[in-house]
Amino acid sequence: MTTNKTPASAGRRIDEPTGTETVGHEWDGIEELNTPLPRWWLYTFYATIVFALVYVVLYPALPMIDRATAGTLGWSSRGDLAREMSAADAARAGIVAKIAATDIEALPANPDLMQAAISGGAAAFKVNCVQCHGAGAAGSPGYPNLNDDDWLWGGTLTDIEYTLTHGIRWEGADQTRATYMPAFEGVVDAAQARALAGHVLSLSGKAKPSPAGAQMFADNCAACHGAGGEGMPAMGAPALNDAIWIYGGTQAEVAKQILAPRHGVMPAWQGRLDPVTIKMLAAYVHSRGGGQAAAPAPAEPAPDVAQGTEAKTDG
Amino acid sequence: MADTAGSDLLHSDLYAKGKTVHNKRIDGPFRRFKWLVMIVTLAIYYITPWIRWDRGAYAPDQAVLVDLANRRFYMFDIEIWPHEFYFVAGLLIMAGIGLFLVTSAVGRAWCGYACPQTVWTDLFQHVDRFFDGDRNARARLDKAPWTAGKTARRLAKWAVYLAIAFWTGGAWIMYFADAPTLTYDFWRGDAAPVAYATVAILTGTTFWLGGFMREQVCIYMCPWPRIQTAMLDEKSLIVTYKDWRGEQRGSLKKAAKNPEAFGDCIDCQLCVAVCPTGIDIREGQQIGCITCGLCIDACDRVMKETGRPRGLIDYATLDQCEAEAAGAPATPAWKALLRPRVFIYFGVWTALGAGLLFALGTRTHTDLTVSPDRNPPFMLLKDGSVRNAYTLRLRNMEARPRDMEVALQGLPAGAVLWTDAVSAENAAPVQVITVPANETKVVRAYVLVPPGTDEDDSEHFSFRLTSLDEQGETDIAETTFAMPEDDE
Repeated sequence: MTTNKTPASAGRRIDEPTGTETVGHEWDGIEELNTPLPRWWLYTFYATIVFALVYVVLYPALPMIDRATAGTLGWSSRGDLAREMSAADAARAGIVAKIAATDIEALPANPDLMQAAISGGAAAFKVNCVQCHGAGAAGSPGYPNLNDDDWLWGGTLTDIEYTLTHGIRWEGADQTRATYMPAFEGVVDAAQARALAGHVLSLSGKAKPSPAGAQMFADNCAACHGAGGEGMPAMGAPALNDAIWIYGGTQAEVAKQILAPRHGVMPAWQGRLDPVTIKMLAAYVHSRGGGQAAAPAPAEPAPDVAQGTEAKTDG
Repeated sequence: MADTAGSDLLHSDLYAKGKTVHNKRIDGPFRRFKWLVMIVTLAIYYITPWIRWDRGAYAPDQAVLVDLANRRFYMFDIEIWPHEFYFVAGLLIMAGIGLFLVTSAVGRAWCGYACPQTVWTDLFQHVDRFFDGDRNARARLDKAPWTAGKTARRLAKWAVYLAIAFWTGGAWIMYFADAPTLTYDFWRGDAAPVAYATVAILTGTTFWLGGFMREQVCIYMCPWPRIQTAMLDEKSLIVTYKDWRGEQRGSLKKAAKNPEAFGDCIDCQLCVAVCPTGIDIREGQQIGCITCGLCIDACDRVMKETGRPRGLIDYATLDQCEAEAAGAPATPAWKALLRPRVFIYFGVWTALGAGLLFALGTRTHTDLTVSPDRNPPFMLLKDGSVRNAYTLRLRNMEARPRDMEVALQGLPAGAVLWTDAVSAENAAPVQVITVPANETKVVRAYVLVPPGTDEDDSEHFSFRLTSLDEQGETDIAETTFAMPEDDE
């Protein structure tokens, strides 16, 4: 720098083309003009510095080892969130109370309330249900699709709410719905199972009828699944005469289910979710397109159904 | 080294004190044009929100209203919905191209006449003149000590600044809500906090930028002069000083003694005195020149008084100046407008405008958009039929509720639809939906095709919306129908 610098005495000269004073710096023949900033510009700059200092004192700013300085105002984004959440809860309280006070089968008669319930249910679904039933409630093998019109345990609002509340085959919930498809391994052999599966598929037109399979079906399966395979929602026996298969609809898959059946388990949400949330979830699931209207006569609730095994042996 | 550099810093000023521009009053065609533009633009700005416009019971009756809460923009008979934002975008593009057009034709006319900073600065300068007198009196008063009289005058002047600034900020918010209601609420203290904040900010900025910053905004803050540098060329009309005619400058006395040695400029400094940005146009083109033409008014008057031809300072292109300097006769300024660049900008600008007008004329007051559910894309039902779900948005852009019919087009026979408002039992090929006035109704619709329908994986079809009234407007939204893949 010293080599390029013009001596101080020669430094402050007037640059001819611009008429501006130079500051005396020169690099490779290029000189620096002394063009001061406007005063207001400088004051604005100082003002920003003052602003920053005040801000640092008032708000969280300086990073420390595990957290930033708190700031004397005590403001935090977390606090903001908490306030907003409680404000949202307070705003929701009215409609939530209304939903709580309304019988679930009466909800559809009140479109605004139903819509609110569906929205609330959609939010709760995203937190609690998507893990098994999928984000679009379309399920996957073993986890029922909630959009279609096939209901293992009934698709009315009351049925759905009951399933949500008590679960399916959920240990620890007294009123849980529970039936078991018995394993036919040892009762029928693999070939017989395939024949039986063939008959089952023929019920929905997917295979040719087989007399041997039909006989076996009448002896062993019709008690729960119905003579025509129409199923029995009261005890969770799936309909076999339709296009929907929870564990897969090929002959091999059906045969496998006959020999060594799998049984889905659904947690009871009573105690984990409050009754209003469960009600809203039921409304949402019902609204997915396959919900059934309530039966004309008051639906018989489930206590009987809970002893499903007994019903099966009777049948 | 350290001490020499230090002494340099000590000697150099850290900042430059702003020089207040006290521009002299002048009369002339450009000044009168400036008055006209100022009056028209300010009148439009202050009065527009108060114009009423009857739109019936379901819509506001303010002629120009930006209804942010309901996301509507009203302008007389035109109502813009959010999905028609291309109108606003088109107008903004037109404004941009219009600025290019004006700039290429008449240079920085925007800066000189129409820019809000120019208009309000001009207004505040008239306030200065009213309280403090013209140029010399103002400069004297500025330098004078702070006596009681000066303080009183300054306070009165600033009070008027503040009143104008407040009125300006107040007029702005009137565009965003019903003006009379908002005014009433504002003074009662019931208006939205954002209204008070907006008025406070605009009052502050108008007071500060119009009252005190003035030409410094143009010179230091505004990016437009920098962009404009790239947009002007030697064929653009600008304010020029014809130095070949003016130089050598000399006072009337000197020129009278030796007419051969001196040009037309008598160095009276009037062009500098009247300039609102405080520049000397005789130094040539510079960023501080906003081409307002006041120096032309000033110079023409002096030329007339001294019996010389007008136009020593005038609107001209640099090309014309060069030609004139070389001896060519003066070309009228309007000829500078006739050049390809101007025509191209004008063509694009008019085409855009015509396109927007056409779109405005042919738009319907119904609209249908469809988004298919993608999660899951299709649903196989018990009987083997396949159901798809869609979200339909039906817009009724009229100020009355309307019944609209939604029908399926292009699906095989047997396809039916229903919505979440009617249950699956009432599925039919056509559904009627009532859409409230001025609203977008969102419905979830299900479409079902019977079992055995032979189709590609996703068949294209359309929803057709028809308004069930005398207009019978239709709108068609295309979408797809998803089917399960054959697993056999």
